[in-house]
Amino acid sequence: MRTLIKNGRVVDPAQKLDAVLDILIEDGRIKKVAPAIDAAADTVYDATGLVVCPGLVDIHTHLREPGLEAKEDIISGTMAAAAGGVTTVACMPNTKPVIDTSIIVSGIKERAAKEAYAHVEVIGAISKGEKGEELSEMVDMAQKGAMAFSDDGHYVKSTRLFLLAARYIAPFGKALICHDIDPELDAEGYMHEGAVSARIGVPGVPAIAEDICVARDCIISEYTGAHVHIAHVASKGAVDIIRQAKKKGINVTCEVAVQHLTLTDEACATYDSAARVNPPLRSFDHVEALREAVLDGTVDAIVTDHAPHAPEEKDMEFRYAPNGFCGLETSLGVMLTDLYHTGIFDLATIIDKMSCSPAKLFGLDAGTLREGAAADLTVIDLDKEWTVDPEKFYTRGKATPYAGKVCRGKAVATVLSGRFVMRDGVVCTNK
Amino acid sequence: MAKSDISLGGRDILDLSSLSNEEIALILQTAAEMKKIMKRDIKKVPSLRGKSVINLFYEPSTRTRTSFELAGKYLGADVVNITTSSSSVVKGECLRDTILTVQSMNCDAIVMRHPIEGAAAYAAKVAKPVVINAGDGAHAHPSQGLLDLYTIKEAGKNVGPGLKMAILGDILYSRVARTNIVAWTRLGAEVHVAGPMTLIPHDIEALGVKVHSRIEDAIEGADVIDVLRIQLERQKKGLFPTTREYARVWGLNEKRLALAKKDVLVLHPGPMNRGLEISWEVGYCDNAYIRDQVQNGVAVRMALLFLTLTGGKHFENLD
Repeated sequence: MRTLIKNGRVVDPAQKLDAVLDILIEDGRIKKVAPAIDAAADTVYDATGLVVCPGLVDIHTHLREPGLEAKEDIISGTMAAAAGGVTTVACMPNTKPVIDTSIIVSGIKERAAKEAYAHVEVIGAISKGEKGEELSEMVDMAQKGAMAFSDDGHYVKSTRLFLLAARYIAPFGKALICHDIDPELDAEGYMHEGAVSARIGVPGVPAIAEDICVARDCIISEYTGAHVHIAHVASKGAVDIIRQAKKKGINVTCEVAVQHLTLTDEACATYDSAARVNPPLRSFDHVEALREAVLDGTVDAIVTDHAPHAPEEKDMEFRYAPNGFCGLETSLGVMLTDLYHTGIFDLATIIDKMSCSPAKLFGLDAGTLREGAAADLTVIDLDKEWTVDPEKFYTRGKATPYAGKVCRGKAVATVLSGRFVMRDGVVCTNK
Repeated sequence: MAKSDISLGGRDILDLSSLSNEEIALILQTAAEMKKIMKRDIKKVPSLRGKSVINLFYEPSTRTRTSFELAGKYLGADVVNITTSSSSVVKGECLRDTILTVQSMNCDAIVMRHPIEGAAAYAAKVAKPVVINAGDGAHAHPSQGLLDLYTIKEAGKNVGPGLKMAILGDILYSRVARTNIVAWTRLGAEVHVAGPMTLIPHDIEALGVKVHSRIEDAIEGADVIDVLRIQLERQKKGLFPTTREYARVWGLNEKRLALAKKDVLVLHPGPMNRGLEISWEVGYCDNAYIRDQVQNGVAVRMALLFLTLTGGKHFENLD
């Protein structure tokens, strides 16, 4: 089967490419990228005036399967991905049961390969049951294709266990993804500690709760050589520590979530439980430091931390609501609106951090439009105006602090292994 | 009293920052009328006859709940109390459903006390009846703030430029502190807070207050001292070492009170821990307006129910 994408502005930061070109896809791979390709194709898509880039790669999502299907499952989660222009998602292991054995890794991968609307990479747990007590069978999971390991949602509180994990996994080249927030400090509050928390009375957690843990994990990375990837960095102190670690040549990388680049703790001022997330939305000085860290290369990836919850769980008093909200259907639009159209990031930076760089970091068959690469593409209309309407989401989690936001820029088509999985915002279900 | 151009009819009373200075003045003026009713032999008027008020209390409360109940009854409303131990809350009903259930019974006002900040705002978003916040977590307690303003005014002081206000104790967890800080700084007074730094929120200066570790610095020359209740569980959580040390270092006693202006008002939202945040002597001294606060609390709550449920249209019914 052949598909020809005509006349698009092809932006592929992996090969520093930005030009109007045609893309020929054959049997799920990129056959040719060149001007004015003259070839017969089963499908021809006119991308005149649109951007065509490598399919977005989101290395931090919660698909909630197995066990938490009231929040999300592989189908609804990957439909949301397709709708948002995301072709690869990595799912976190805080499911029921926890993804801590190879049989669960294989099960998710098999179901996804058959039925999902995006490629699904699986992140296994560092410790059995994410309990932070004993190492899980990480090597077995790695051999069944686990992308990396994380106890996401929990800090690996035992320094001994985290050191063991780092030593154990280092020779296998798999990353440990760290949810770095001191649990004792975290238990005292529900939002960022600062002027807003002081004003509205919600107990706050100081940003240093993050910095302290990031410092430990950088030190352990240096000592063991293990690849430590810091998840959802949200504080200026933490990015400073990571920047210094990288300068020293430590094998540390990090990601930042869209919300921490675009929202502040003022979003909590009306006690909207949709704005409850961990790490919390912080003050603007942190937001600025994170943006700077994206620009200077300290940040390797931009993620959603897509964390859907059922409405009966999330629609309640701020303190009682669980952390997290959905992001797959808003991430690109929000990034383009708040950071591209405002001139803060250029397009190549956004595409690099949302596709090429994370794909490369975890050795995924994604993140570039080189000839021979997987034919995962996102087609973007940079100027399309639209309003975030959670009722129209594919994800089961309808809560988002971006509800009602007017955005400029949106994915208008998503191609997965050479096949359109989304066109004009509608996921193609006739498979 | 003269009819006002401002109307609070149908308004939710969630915090003092959403009330203008003029609206606050109207409430205090109305409360003065209410206080006259309270002093009558037959203290009942028909202004709210046919109106129903539900006190929905998710936290134990004696004075606030009782004073809202009496306020409604003095004005002729039917008042029903719901407390968490006797409602579907213990069966796991979510706040949205509880509010909608109460609303379905056609009540006119919901007076809500809740341990979580923002719960009243949430209820107001869900509910059609007037919502009066009777305290939401560490956020706001508007009727307390109003009765404090009323008490200060009645004692002949006007909160504004030139007045030094001191708030002592547990600022971190106190909705009374946040409410008064908002009102007093906006009216132009100089607001000082003092207590152990473990009970003072980081960045509280952003609210325009001066922070002291030594309470003497806050008390010196003060016109009003608002002593906050120290919850004993704060000590159990390790926020200060012992109640003994608290009383010795941060308790308001006669010696420290002498640093304030001679006509200083000592306020306390109650209930007091005698010998901890306030000494026995100070609690009963001439400068203590603590029992006036309780009485004025009923008048202010009558004013709030009257103004929100009638729009202030039927002042004649007060006679």
